[in-house]
Amino acid sequence: MEPVATTFFFYLLSGLAILSGVLVITRKNPVHSALALILTLLCLAGLYLMLYAPFVAGVQIILYVGGIMVLFLFVIMLVNLERSQKEKQFNRQWVAGILAAVALGGLLVAIYTKGSALFVRPELLFPEAENTQQVGQMLYGNYMLPFEIASLLLLVAIIGAVVMAKKRI
Amino acid sequence: MPDFITNYLDKNVQVTPGQYGSPFWALVYILAVFAGVSLAVVCMNWLERKILAHMQVRLGPMRVGPHGLLQPIADAIKLILKEDIIPEGADKFVFWLAPMIILLAVFSVYTVIPFGPTHAITDMNIGILFMLGVSSLGVLGIVMAGWASNSHYPLIGALRSSAQMVSYEVAMGLAVISAILMTSLNAEGTGTLSMIGIVKAQYDQHVWFVFKFFPLGLIAFFIFAVAMVAETNRAPFDLPEAESELTAGFHTEYSGLRWSLFMLGEYAAMIAVSSIAITLWLGGWMRPFPNLLSGPTWDMGFSFFPALTFLGLAGLTFYSTLRMPKHSFFRVQTIGLGAFGAVLALIGLILLVPQVSARIQDIYWFIFKIAIFMYLYIWYRGTFPRYRFDQLMKVGWKILLPMGIGVLMLTGVVALRSELWDFVHEAVRRLGHV
Repeated sequence: MEPVATTFFFYLLSGLAILSGVLVITRKNPVHSALALILTLLCLAGLYLMLYAPFVAGVQIILYVGGIMVLFLFVIMLVNLERSQKEKQFNRQWVAGILAAVALGGLLVAIYTKGSALFVRPELLFPEAENTQQVGQMLYGNYMLPFEIASLLLLVAIIGAVVMAKKRI
Repeated sequence: MPDFITNYLDKNVQVTPGQYGSPFWALVYILAVFAGVSLAVVCMNWLERKILAHMQVRLGPMRVGPHGLLQPIADAIKLILKEDIIPEGADKFVFWLAPMIILLAVFSVYTVIPFGPTHAITDMNIGILFMLGVSSLGVLGIVMAGWASNSHYPLIGALRSSAQMVSYEVAMGLAVISAILMTSLNAEGTGTLSMIGIVKAQYDQHVWFVFKFFPLGLIAFFIFAVAMVAETNRAPFDLPEAESELTAGFHTEYSGLRWSLFMLGEYAAMIAVSSIAITLWLGGWMRPFPNLLSGPTWDMGFSFFPALTFLGLAGLTFYSTLRMPKHSFFRVQTIGLGAFGAVLALIGLILLVPQVSARIQDIYWFIFKIAIFMYLYIWYRGTFPRYRFDQLMKVGWKILLPMGIGVLMLTGVVALRSELWDFVHEAVRRLGHV
C-alpha cells in the first residue's frame, strides 16, 4: 500500500518531537520532563517508520520507551522532588550558549541551502518487508566485529555496575 | 454498494484489510475487535467472580438477574454514576493521563492479533516485536498512576510493578525469541516476526511449536506462561495491587469510571498476552490436528464445534430456566433466562449453516484457546498464594532468565544439528589427515 500524507506526518512527528524536546528542559518537575522525553522518543519511532525501517522503530519503542524510560521514572520517583523544584533551572553561561546556538544554526542553514548537493537522494534499497532480515544479515555478516565489540563493551559496563553497586563481592 | 466496500469482499482477496489497504474494512474490524474485547471483559468479570466463588464453596453474585448474570451491568452503572475523586495534591494531568495510556497501550496491541488468516486488522513485518513493545508501554501508565496519586500505597505499588514488569519482560523476550527461531526452519531458512507468518510456519512444519523439539518448546512456553501472569499483575504475582499490604496498590486513589478503565485495561491485557502465547506456541487459529486429521470428513466434523458450543450453552441455560424457583417473584427472571437461552440456541443454529461455519472456524478456535487461558488465570488466582517480593525477583532473575537463555541456546543447537554434525565430522577428518 502506498503511504499517505507523508509530508503531513513528517511535520507532525518532527514538530511534536521538537516541542516535547523543549518541554524536557523547561519543565521544573523531573517526572514531567521524563514524560516529555518519552513523547520525543515515540515521535522518533514514528519517524523511523516513515523511513521504511519498522524494525528500528520497534526496537526504539521496546528499548527506550519500555525499558530505559521506565528505569528513569523508577529512579526519579525515589528522588526527593522538593529540592529540585527550588533549584535554579538555567545557568548564566550566555557566551557558551550563544556560540553553540550560532554554530548549530549555521549548520542547519548550510544543510538547508546546500543539502541536496551534500547528501545523495535516499533510495529504497530493499522492500520494507525485508527490513528485519536485512538488519540481521548486516549485523551478523558485514558488521560482525563492531557488533561483537559493542556487546563486549556492554558486558563490561554490566560487570562494572555490579561491582560498583555491591559493597562486598 | 460503493467500490471501497465491495473491493475487499472479492473472493480473491486473501489478506487482512490493513495489508489490502482498505480503511473502511480496517475500521469495521477495529470496531468489531474493540466491541468484542469489551464484551469479553464484561463476561470475564462475571465468570471470574462466579468461578472463584465456587472454588471457595460460595455462591458468588446471585441477586442481580438469574445467577447474577446481570451483575456486570449493575457494576458498570454503579461505576459510571460514582463520584470521580481526584485527591488533593495529586498531579492532575498525569493522574488523568495514566489510565488513558494503559488503555491505549493495551488496545493498540490488538491491531496485529490474528484471529484467522485474514481476520486481523493488519499484519506487520515486525508483528511480535510491535506487540511486545507496545504492551510494555502499559507499565508507564501504572508508574504514572502510582506517582501522580501523591500517596504512599500507590507509590509503593508503582515501584513494585515497574521493577516486576521490567524483570519479567527479559525472560518473556527470550522465550519469544526461541519460538521465532523455530519459524526459520524451512527451505529458505528465513524466519518471520509477523504474527500471521508465525502461525503459517507452524502449519507448514506440521507441529505446534509447543511440541517442537520436545521438551524445548514446552519449556519456552512454560517460561512465557509464567512471565505473562507476572506481566499482567495477576495472582500469584499481583504484588503491585496486593490488597493485604497496599489496599489496592497503584490504583488506590482512583474511583468510579477511571478505576473501571484500569480494570478494563488489566483484563484486555490478559487477553492480549494470552493471544501472543496462542499465536506463538499453540497454533493460533488452527483447529487441533490440521495436518494429521485432514480431509473433508474431519473438516466437517470439526466445523460442528462452534454450533455445538452455543447449542450446549443454550441447553445449559434452558436447564437452569427449568430449575428456577417457581415463585411468582422470579417470573421476569425466568422469562429473561429463557429468552437468553433462545438467543444462544438461535446463534447455534445459524452457525450450523456451512457457509457461516466455514468463515467463523478460525475465529472460533482462537477464542476457544483464549477462553482456556482465561480460565487458567482464574484458576491460578483461586489456587496459588501470593509470592513475596524477594521470591518474585528470585523467580524472575535466577530461575526463568537462565532457563530462557538455556532454552534459546539449545533450540539453536538442535535446529542446526545436521550442520554442526557435518562441521564436527569435517574437523575430525582433517585432524585425521594431519
